[in-house]
Amino acid sequence: MLSSQYLHIFSAALFILSLKWMGEVKTSRYGNWSAILGMVTAIIATYLAFPVDHVPLMIGAAVIGTLIGIPIAMNVPMTAVPQQTAISHAFGSLSVALLGVAEYYQRAPHVDPFTMSVLSSEIILGFLTFSGSCIAFAKLQEIIPGKPFVYKGSNVVSLSVLGAAVLLAADLVLHPGSQSLILAIIALALLFGFLLVMSIGGADMPTVIAILNSFAGISGAGLGFVLNSKILVVAGTLDGASGLVLAIIMSEAMNRSFINVLFGGFGAAPAGGSNGAGSHHPQRSVKSYLPEDVASLLDGARLVVVVPGYGMAVAQAQHAVKDLATILESRDCKVRYAIHPVAGRMPGHMNVLLAEVQIPYSNLLEMDEVNPMFPEADMTIVVGANDVVNPAARTQTDSPLYGMPILDADKSRSVVFIKRSMNPGFAGVDNELFYLPQTMMVFGDAKKVITDITSALKKN
Amino acid sequence: MNSLPTSHIAIDLLVFVLSAFLGLELIRNVSRLLHTPLMSLTNAISSVSVVAAFIVMSEPGKTNFIVALTAVATALAFVNLVSGFMITERILKMFKKDKKG
Repeated sequence: MLSSQYLHIFSAALFILSLKWMGEVKTSRYGNWSAILGMVTAIIATYLAFPVDHVPLMIGAAVIGTLIGIPIAMNVPMTAVPQQTAISHAFGSLSVALLGVAEYYQRAPHVDPFTMSVLSSEIILGFLTFSGSCIAFAKLQEIIPGKPFVYKGSNVVSLSVLGAAVLLAADLVLHPGSQSLILAIIALALLFGFLLVMSIGGADMPTVIAILNSFAGISGAGLGFVLNSKILVVAGTLDGASGLVLAIIMSEAMNRSFINVLFGGFGAAPAGGSNGAGSHHPQRSVKSYLPEDVASLLDGARLVVVVPGYGMAVAQAQHAVKDLATILESRDCKVRYAIHPVAGRMPGHMNVLLAEVQIPYSNLLEMDEVNPMFPEADMTIVVGANDVVNPAARTQTDSPLYGMPILDADKSRSVVFIKRSMNPGFAGVDNELFYLPQTMMVFGDAKKVITDITSALKKN
Repeated sequence: MNSLPTSHIAIDLLVFVLSAFLGLELIRNVSRLLHTPLMSLTNAISSVSVVAAFIVMSEPGKTNFIVALTAVATALAFVNLVSGFMITERILKMFKKDKKG
């Protein structure tokens, strides 16, 4: 139907505008509403153009989905948005993969080679994204340990599994009637996604989530090719491009390649050997301080920079940080937040947590903006971050962190490190910053330590 | 029905390539502040796979198995559709400009 095609063009334009408006905070909410309108338009246009059977069943499915979706959206805490995102990638990719399987059974055994190759790639991508996202969810939710699960030859095993899936898919392209092949392909794709994400550590999740996002989008676009639905190609491709750009930004922020993130088993090996700064100076000790010491040093400070990390999310310390900032600001001290691109467990995680406690977004600074400020900062407070402030990234060529762009916390007049213990960061290397003369280590739960600093400040 | 299959493919490929370049450019310009809501938004947008479910559901000669797969896929897509837009809205509402400046 012609009018429905025009509606789909309108809908595609709304999705594109939506991403454009999402570029800045000012227009971002128009972006969301534009996408909502685009989605409603696409669904209505398709319903008008196609004689959909089983309408009551479809309405029932939509209602069930909605009833599951609403409580998830209303109740997920901001600290848990990474795992929520992972599980929604799982739902989205499973949805697309199941539709691919349905379309295969619908058409088999008469499927032309082009369609069959797109369909089988889409099915492989969909199912591996599904199992991979489930593992990412389980790791982020700490149902299973976040540590990378690697063994000798683990990459060979997982790549062979993927290779086998691709070979069977090629066989299916030649013999589209062999319906049992599809089940084997699905099983192998699920296994590959499982093995792939099992071998990746928790702190690499920002990149992994972005890649899974990209895969989910691309498999949707593949389904669009098969069903000759342009709106699906457009939306899937935009989603795929978004995940890809985010994954590139995350990898660059760690000075690592995709391949290294996916197959490097980073963070698996314990520190030691020739790796790791700690092995050079095993005897060093750090100076441990109390929250009251920090409070007295904060007296008269003009500029304080806060470096948040995943530890802030774990300790739910964002409200405590805000309270401390409020009292500092009431004493004419500027407080700024230094956001490293890979801080947290998904792209932009820290910004959301700080926005949640109503810290104005103009105070949330990117690495390039904030690095020149550190030399003027009276104090830098590192809350639950570690590797992103390790000066070894600048100088120690043998460190796994070498070359990673870092926040120049070591250049500020004093550095307060709030940590639960002396455990090294994700990269498994010791942090040079702990041992600098201006560094004060405060051990304890981030939320409690910051609350104690705030109450000590109030007494002064 | 598909008398010109190659032209369908060519047009779809064109749409794919243009969307890919447009998407890369648009996303590159998204402020880093907004990467999390961007992800929840694109997740919601990808649930346009509901459209695919409608198309499969309109094809003649479906087995019950295909109907069941399509219904499950529709429910899953609706979970994302609803939760994706709602979470994006929740997050975006939190971003406040500094009142003083």
